[in-house]
Amino acid sequence: MTQSVWSKIGTVVGAALILIWCLLPVAWIISLSFKSQEAVINGSPGFLPKSGGGAGFSNYKDVLTDGDFLLAIRNSIVVSLGATLLSVVIATLAAYAIARLEFRGKRFVLTTALVIAMFPVVSLVGPLFDMWRTVGLYDTWWGLMIPYISFTLPLAIWTLSAFFREIPWEMEQAAQVDGATSWQAFRKVIVPLAAPGVFTAAILTFFFAWNDFVFGISLTSTENARPIPAALSFFVGQDPFNRPASLLSAAAVVATVPVVVLVLFFQRKIVAGLTAGAVKG
Amino acid sequence: MHMASIEMKNIVKKYGDGFPAVNDVSIDVADGEFMILVGPSGCGKSTLLRMIVGLEDITSGDLVIGGKRVNDLAPRDRNLSMVFQNYALYPHLTVYENIAFPLRLAKRPEKEVDEKVREASKTLDLDEHLQRKPANLSGGQRQRVAMGRAIVRDAQAFLFDEPLSNLDAKLRGQMRTEIARLQKKLGITTVYVTHDQTEAMTLGDRVAVMKRGVLQQLASPRELYEQPVNLFVAGFIGSPPMNFLPATVEGGQVTLPFGTFPLPAAKAEKAAGKGLLMAGIRPEHFEDATVLDSAAIDQARTFTARIDVREWLGDQQYAYIPYDAEAQVQDQLKELAREADSDSLRTQLVVSLDAQSKGQEGDEATLFIDTDKMHLFDPSTGENLTLNA
Repeated sequence: MTQSVWSKIGTVVGAALILIWCLLPVAWIISLSFKSQEAVINGSPGFLPKSGGGAGFSNYKDVLTDGDFLLAIRNSIVVSLGATLLSVVIATLAAYAIARLEFRGKRFVLTTALVIAMFPVVSLVGPLFDMWRTVGLYDTWWGLMIPYISFTLPLAIWTLSAFFREIPWEMEQAAQVDGATSWQAFRKVIVPLAAPGVFTAAILTFFFAWNDFVFGISLTSTENARPIPAALSFFVGQDPFNRPASLLSAAAVVATVPVVVLVLFFQRKIVAGLTAGAVKG
Repeated sequence: MHMASIEMKNIVKKYGDGFPAVNDVSIDVADGEFMILVGPSGCGKSTLLRMIVGLEDITSGDLVIGGKRVNDLAPRDRNLSMVFQNYALYPHLTVYENIAFPLRLAKRPEKEVDEKVREASKTLDLDEHLQRKPANLSGGQRQRVAMGRAIVRDAQAFLFDEPLSNLDAKLRGQMRTEIARLQKKLGITTVYVTHDQTEAMTLGDRVAVMKRGVLQQLASPRELYEQPVNLFVAGFIGSPPMNFLPATVEGGQVTLPFGTFPLPAAKAEKAAGKGLLMAGIRPEHFEDATVLDSAAIDQARTFTARIDVREWLGDQQYAYIPYDAEAQVQDQLKELAREADSDSLRTQLVVSLDAQSKGQEGDEATLFIDTDKMHLFDPSTGENLTLNA
């Protein structure tokens, strides 16, 4: 009795500690984004803005009327969504083949994929910079999407092939007997069943692309393709020695919101155990 | 609704290692017939079924459905419907959409889809579950949905792959009757794979018994039971199984471990002079001599034995009588049991006695043996020497 009470209290306290640890920086950024620039520079800023130090939504207004930043938002959305979509489609087809077919070099493909994922991103930036400038991909959306896709594909393929392996092969055979072509069986039976895996892969890919800074800063030079994380580093303001912390915070919050929304949206889709009931329970 | 016969001509299935999983099997399933494929695990029955439906390639031989050779047709072009062992329902679709799935693939008009699904659901008593997902159904309900998906389409034939093996015993009995009723009502050619000999005996018009890829006997259930062609079929069909005893036949008499008994002339003639044979006699062909009319029985066909264990079941009872056999015979009995997927721990006689038969376990009892019903097998080939004799 007492033990269960204590273990409950322990769970709550533990969860609270982890939440505080994780959310404090976020809370701090939100707090900063509502302060005026002067209040930040004056030093000893509290969590809540002191009287007269509050800026209301003016920082947000400034951020969202900044044309360059709006372009960065556009770039980030297009590049991240594009990379996610392509990566997931390619990974789904590849993972299905890997899960279903026995072919020579299957292990090789899987291991190579892992090796690519382990490559330090920074080591590839130099060569890519040179290559992209030569082929004309420098400072374009595709120039960012291609590295994003190649870095997220391995993980997506591994996640999805694990999902496909879990789906009983009979499901597909039943569909074929019911009159489906292989493609129909894949599209109408296998893909819906692998949906949780597809969404997991999509979220991981999107995060990678959305949060990337190294490629974003190195492979772009103008607002043509520069994504949000890189754009943030160009927020200098008038005084190069005092960066506009509150403006930056507001921009950071704006950059974080889509991610949070996306996770909340997809979370409903990632329902484990969707295959329950397909076969004998 | 068009139905069709299924002709298998010298069907062979070889896997990569050259092992024939199905070896030269020829079976004709007549239009509207209920055909059972039965045998122990690994006998090739499921492989054969999957070749019929098109999920396995046929190595050689011809498969003709409705007069058309279908060896090279994809499953979707054979117009057969199949119920899988694990049902293979689509978990993301409701019961309604599961049943409608084949019709939607065939792009039938919405009105027709709805009519047919409702008709199937009515037949299978699924009306109240149409909007549920398979995960929320019981085993029996899932089974019925799988059948609904099979009957909704006007398929040429139904194929069942051990459809009842995942159900508990009581439900299995109910579903067995249900399948028999449905097949009679629809009159569709059916091939049904099972390892359960009760299902084989009760459902089939004819039963094909298979062992290690080879067809052993193709006959009606009654014929299989009464006239098994070899030791394997004799031992596989019937529960409890047929008793096998070492026997020698000489001068119209058969000598068993329990004594020497007169044998009908026709049987004696066919088995004479063949040395050590294997006698097969079913448990019900013994009886407690005390419950029989003593005037009516041939005293020469009685013997006394010590009954080890009695199992009283109300309407009858089983009695177990251990005996010693030579090592060679024991080995053969073990081999037979292994082939039929069962175990024999000891050499013993199982007899089915009248429920009235009384006596203590461990007591001597006088038993009558009906040698008219006895079969004699060649122990080396397994062949039944007294077939139809």
